[in-house]
Amino acid sequence: MSYLKPGLPKPVPARDGLDAPFWAAAAQGILTLQRCNACGRWQWGPEWICHHCLSDDLAFEAVEPRGRIYSYERVWHPVHPALKDQGPYLIVLVEFPDQDGVRMIGNLLGDPEQEVIIGAPVKAVFEHHPDDDPPYTLVQWTAWNLNA
Amino acid sequence: MQRSLRGRAAVIGIGETPYYKRGEAPEPEFKLALSAIVAACEDAGISPKRLDGFASYSNDRSDPSRLAAALGIDELRFANMQWGGGGGGGSAAIANAAAAIASGMAECVVVFRALAQGQFGRFGQGPRRNVIAGEMAHAVPYGLMSPAQMFAMKVKRFMHEHGVEQAALRSIALACYHHAQNNPRAVMNGRPLTEEKYDASRWIVEPFHLFDCCLENDGAAAMVLVSAERAAEAEHAPCYLLGAAAGSHHRAGAPVHNAPDYATSAFKTIAPRLYAMAGVGPGDVDVLQSYENFTGGVLMSIVEHGFCEADGCNEFFVKENLVAPGGTLPLNTSGGNLAECYMHGLGLNIEAVRQVRGVSTSQVPGVEVSMVVSGPMVTPVSSCIFGSGATL
Ligand SMILES: [Zn+2]
Repeated sequence: MSYLKPGLPKPVPARDGLDAPFWAAAAQGILTLQRCNACGRWQWGPEWICHHCLSDDLAFEAVEPRGRIYSYERVWHPVHPALKDQGPYLIVLVEFPDQDGVRMIGNLLGDPEQEVIIGAPVKAVFEHHPDDDPPYTLVQWTAWNLNA
Repeated sequence: MQRSLRGRAAVIGIGETPYYKRGEAPEPEFKLALSAIVAACEDAGISPKRLDGFASYSNDRSDPSRLAAALGIDELRFANMQWGGGGGGGSAAIANAAAAIASGMAECVVVFRALAQGQFGRFGQGPRRNVIAGEMAHAVPYGLMSPAQMFAMKVKRFMHEHGVEQAALRSIALACYHHAQNNPRAVMNGRPLTEEKYDASRWIVEPFHLFDCCLENDGAAAMVLVSAERAAEAEHAPCYLLGAAAGSHHRAGAPVHNAPDYATSAFKTIAPRLYAMAGVGPGDVDVLQSYENFTGGVLMSIVEHGFCEADGCNEFFVKENLVAPGGTLPLNTSGGNLAECYMHGLGLNIEAVRQVRGVSTSQVPGVEVSMVVSGPMVTPVSSCIFGSGATL
């Protein structure tokens, strides 16, 4: 199941390999973020060195696939031909409060005209495209009730 | 010697080509650049052959060696490109020109920007390829690919944090269109905007309606700077550069929307340096040109330059406050990027000079201090302040 209509560019690991572990883990349904082995800080997107202590001893560490909505936008005007008949869609900026507040982009699944609440908890949903060329996985988000 | 550009250089000439709708310029981009530069020199009353430097931004495609050859320039001494920042580099390019003059590296520098998007393709279009890698791989497959989409995310967060209502953004669009009706050069001259028309316009990406987004145009703009000493002999009353500042805050460019201070136009660290160099404060500014990529960027940049409290936007951003001649902060008096022309913001700097000269089509009476904000959110950003001779 794909949130957006097919035809957008598919993500592939950077040629220099910087984010390859992230995409490999995502294909396995595991959410990872980059963490410094020297000072313990988290960072996203990936960098070659830690922005805090400048160590190059960095790892992609699995995290709970949960965050909260830091900001969002509802897109109406398609800027790519693949989305010509998409209609509105939701992009969320998800923050990870337990990982130094780093953030990640994804879509918010469900009704594109739903009310979106900044600060609301969300959980990751892995959108796998194993039969595409090349195969890829997107990390999507859905509302998540803390008390459920 | 005090390390400051205050009063060291001045604008003595301004020039523009006609402004065209995107893709409709009848001439190629390089010729547009030449036309604007020649026009600015004519306005200054100097021969283009006496230019000895070029300064531009956003990777302008008109090569300085080729420009120098085409114009028959005697000797090229300074060729400078403000690195990165798209429209955020506009005021920085002027600062770079002034710095070259103040330091003795050049005598007569032209700042220019030329755009023919029909010839070279548009801004604001998503990539058309099968795969994507790097930072963009973490955004584009989710449908986040245009400048409007990149910046709506920041503006949404700012509006959430400070309770800003849509009407505050609307007031900015209304002010720009209001001024464009007085300006025969403006692409939107004769096409006024009302509250009803704004409200009924389609969303591009919330919180931006169609009228919150800049135009895309073809054309070129240029301004000639010389030292304050030489400017004193110029044809027009000199418009002095009082101050300029550029840059961005800590990790503003952290990938995938990870700037620690996120919901900002990126001027919090720039504005204090700008005012310190210029020796003025926001209360001294008579008229403001603030780059509209999107109205939300204008709103945040006005807050961050100290004209209004972040929590007071709904009261401050009403149309009457923002229009010449009587508004508390006349804004984008040519119509700006929304309604005059999108010349990547250099048209705003030219309008700021016109206000000091007293020749704007929406003139504010008695302008001494005239300020420009370039490219909010598009780091490194920049802003500058011009002043009349009375401010020195
Ligand atoms: Zn570290």
